[in-house]
Amino acid sequence: MNYSAHVEVQLRPGIADPEGATIERALPALGFTGVSQIHAGRSFRFVIEAPDEKVAHALASEVATRLLANPVIEVATVAIEAAR
Amino acid sequence: MGPRVGVVVFPGTNCDYDIARALEWQGASAVPIWHSETSLVNIDAVVLPGGFAHGDYLRPGALARFSPIMDAVCAFAYEGRAVLGICNGFQILTESGLLPGALQKNRDLRFLCKPVELEVTSTKSVLTRDCAFGDRLEIPINHFSGAYVADEETLASLRANDQVVLRYVTNPNGSSDDIAGISNVSGNVVGLMPHPERVAHPLSYSQDGAKVLTSFVNAVLSHAR
Repeated sequence: MNYSAHVEVQLRPGIADPEGATIERALPALGFTGVSQIHAGRSFRFVIEAPDEKVAHALASEVATRLLANPVIEVATVAIEAAR
Repeated sequence: MGPRVGVVVFPGTNCDYDIARALEWQGASAVPIWHSETSLVNIDAVVLPGGFAHGDYLRPGALARFSPIMDAVCAFAYEGRAVLGICNGFQILTESGLLPGALQKNRDLRFLCKPVELEVTSTKSVLTRDCAFGDRLEIPINHFSGAYVADEETLASLRANDQVVLRYVTNPNGSSDDIAGISNVSGNVVGLMPHPERVAHPLSYSQDGAKVLTSFVNAVLSHAR
């Protein structure tokens, strides 16, 4: 069975996020006020073949922690749903 | 004859010729090693040069770590042989777990290419054993992701084990603890963001790169003989 995986990679809390900070500083210049706490991250989508959702989640989590994220500075969240 | 230093070339590596020439000026023979090789035969030391291995896709060093040669490089390092990672090579060493921590985007999100002043803060490593503690060196940096990051526990153990090899005199990129280069506990694996190969010639504005590369070649020689 095919499952859609969505992996989101964010910097760990406390790790400097110069990208998020730069985007945040640019917003007032465009007239946006009241936007704060911007965190820049990455999003990955892929399809994974597995017998059930639990296995799909475990496989996607391994892909996330072994390659997509660097666990020293980043955390990954994994979401799985049946592929349409 | 000088020691044979393997210079690993990944797709996207671009400082391989510079480091090869700079090592030859210090009496070593530089041997180019393509990343798809799987063994290090008749090699006395390994350098991972600067550049953009595998286009720096995903993260600098993230894909290079899976290049076939890296298993041999890791085994070589665990045997206590000398391994030096410069800039992108340093990023590859942290991604492959040979050195702790990670290199994060520069604090001001700017690509930095300029000479910086460094202080030698450990003489235990193969790169700095011929230097004196506190020596000042002028060596250029050339990077976008050069801010060294590690948790407090790791930083404390780096300090306790004398693994902080070089510090920036004026921190250019937001690096934790002003760190420009570190080694593993035994000092045979070293990674640094600055480029010593660019200041190793009598005609360059500094010759301080030659100082540390001489130290590296001497360390390899004393181990090889």
